[in-house]
Amino acid sequence: MEFKTFVFYFLSAILVFASLRVVTSRNPVHAALYLVLAFFTASGVWMLLQAEFLAISLVLIYVGAVMVLFLFVVMMLDINIDRLREGFWSYLPLGSIIALLMVAEMALVLGGSYFDLFENAVPQTGIAESNVQAIGRLMFTEYVYPFELASVILLVGIVAAVALTQREKRKTKAVSPSRQVFVKAKDRVRVLQMPSEPRD
Amino acid sequence: MTLAEMQFVLPNLSPASAEIFLLTMACVIMMVDLFVKEKTRALTFALTQITLVGTAAVTVLTSAGLLSIVIAVLLGPDASADLTPRIVEVFGIRTGEEITYTFSSMYVADLMGSVLKLTLYFTVFVVMLYSRSYVLDRPQMAKAEFYTLSLFATLGMMVMISANHFLTIYIGLELLSLSLYAMVALNRDSVTATEAAMKYFVLGALASGLLLYGMSMIYGATGTLEITGVAERLYMGQANKTILIFGLVFLVSGIAFKLGVVPFHMWIPDVYHGAPTAVTLFIASAPKLAAFAIVIRMLVNGLIVMAQDWQMMLIILSVLSMAIGNLAAIAQTNLKRMLAYSAISHMGFMLLGLVTGVVGGDARFALNAYSSSMFYVITYALTSVGTFGMILLLARAGFESDELDDFKGLNKRSPWFAAVMMMMMFSMAGVPFFVGFFAKFSVLQAVVAAGYLWLALAAVFFSLIGAFYYLRIVKLMYFDPPKDMTPIQAPFDMKLLMSANGLAVALLGIFPQALMSICAYSLLRSL
Repeated sequence: MEFKTFVFYFLSAILVFASLRVVTSRNPVHAALYLVLAFFTASGVWMLLQAEFLAISLVLIYVGAVMVLFLFVVMMLDINIDRLREGFWSYLPLGSIIALLMVAEMALVLGGSYFDLFENAVPQTGIAESNVQAIGRLMFTEYVYPFELASVILLVGIVAAVALTQREKRKTKAVSPSRQVFVKAKDRVRVLQMPSEPRD
Repeated sequence: MTLAEMQFVLPNLSPASAEIFLLTMACVIMMVDLFVKEKTRALTFALTQITLVGTAAVTVLTSAGLLSIVIAVLLGPDASADLTPRIVEVFGIRTGEEITYTFSSMYVADLMGSVLKLTLYFTVFVVMLYSRSYVLDRPQMAKAEFYTLSLFATLGMMVMISANHFLTIYIGLELLSLSLYAMVALNRDSVTATEAAMKYFVLGALASGLLLYGMSMIYGATGTLEITGVAERLYMGQANKTILIFGLVFLVSGIAFKLGVVPFHMWIPDVYHGAPTAVTLFIASAPKLAAFAIVIRMLVNGLIVMAQDWQMMLIILSVLSMAIGNLAAIAQTNLKRMLAYSAISHMGFMLLGLVTGVVGGDARFALNAYSSSMFYVITYALTSVGTFGMILLLARAGFESDELDDFKGLNKRSPWFAAVMMMMMFSMAGVPFFVGFFAKFSVLQAVVAAGYLWLALAAVFFSLIGAFYYLRIVKLMYFDPPKDMTPIQAPFDMKLLMSANGLAVALLGIFPQALMSICAYSLLRSL
């Protein structure tokens, strides 16, 4: 076995294990941490395919930004996820039997033979250019149409999020300077004259 | 490679000008609405409708083939032969006569796409008009988002209709689905709507996963995602058949989810029932057209070589849908839920046309079969809009009118709208001389021509069962005493359009030939 193949299987094993733990671990913080591990290993697999830029952006964006935010939310919300997944353990036996059956059927259909793919090797561009350059060039030329549409999807996401969460105008606690300067001491402070009481 | 060496050719934008126009207008409407006061929200509605009309005009003026059809329908064939070349010259239309690809073959403009898009704008236009008073009566929904999300969903459907790349199909589908999830949940205070949105979202994500997995298998087998490229590779026999079939199963499952056919139909009744009726109206009509288009693009344009394999899968889906859809609809007491099951059975019936295109490697019947399906889906969208529109017509502030009992004695309240609803129900059931009859008839003759007699018999049998629950509504309207005698409070334009919709269902049943030949002609020029 070549060293690269060994690294691939090693990373894939970790990836599969981490993904399984994401859905099975009881503690939501652990699940989120396993998701971080899964992303990190997936970026390793991409690195093997010589897609350095994608690998680094996966770490930067998903591990660095998205998952940290996610962890914060999970820690702040203090969800008792065990209650949310009450049915999970009782359905697990039946679910896993069906899943195993399906995996076995798929294996039978594919005949157990190694996938004979159209191109086994990583497609080589033949031009000595960096990953970033190649992706950028493709994105803005050949794939410009889906790229623009993806931005529309993000826009829809923003619109939908605002529409679903925004309530009526909230009463702001900001002060109005114009009203502030007109305030006089006698509007705010009432001086009361009280006779002093003798101490007994 | 430096910047100067890069060969950058600006893609031909003119075939996609309708999409560009719609997107620009959707963004403009979003901005305009920020400065509009609550009371003048009518402006947002008006702009939405103007946008749809404008997009239709742009579509017609960028496709010479569609232009000649539209003129022929409006002014007659002689005028079309005379006028079309002149308009083509004035506007400098260069596309639409034949199939045009642009954006590195990711976008295809052909006559089938143009005809479907025109029907799509028309459907969305009618949906918006029917929904207007319903939305105004419910302050939660009376927001610009209802209109802008509808426009974004329309954009997604347009992208799906003219996609020539698996990636574009997926992105268009997501654009449509995301807008729809949000629209279902728009009425936040309703528990059923939120539940429906959750179910729709989770199952929709699962379906997208299935579809993507299928696409990745097909990519693995053929090395390309471009639909014409996939077809080429398959013709040359360069692909691993096992992986292809493996991918095809997932692809068909994903499509079945989106079309809502058995056994991937579980979301349909809950979503149709739980969503606000205005949104149900939207989900039940326009997306069916887009789903038909992606079936044609993926299975017919891309994987026609595998027709034997996917036809078998579709036959199973189709027969199951007709059986379960029609049987389960009988037991419903809620009209929206009943129509959801009816939608399942109708989509099953529509699939029948697609399974009979290639018989024993012979594609002689393909045109006839696919055009009968196209006719079916277009007329289904028209009838479905009318039926759900009728629920909206009877609804008012604080009253949904979506139970079967709410239709009791409609004849006493309004004889005309009872008659319109009766026409819709007759058409859905396939009673002769309404448009639904001809749709079913043309699909059945395609099935018989292909030699599947048992399939045709099964379809007729399940349609007969289905006639029961459609006719029950007619019975409720005419022979039962009304529950409340509140007069119908719908605005005038909605009543007018509803009447026109009912008449269209009747008239298209008497003169189906024009629409049928448009479907056949557009497919002939596109396949």
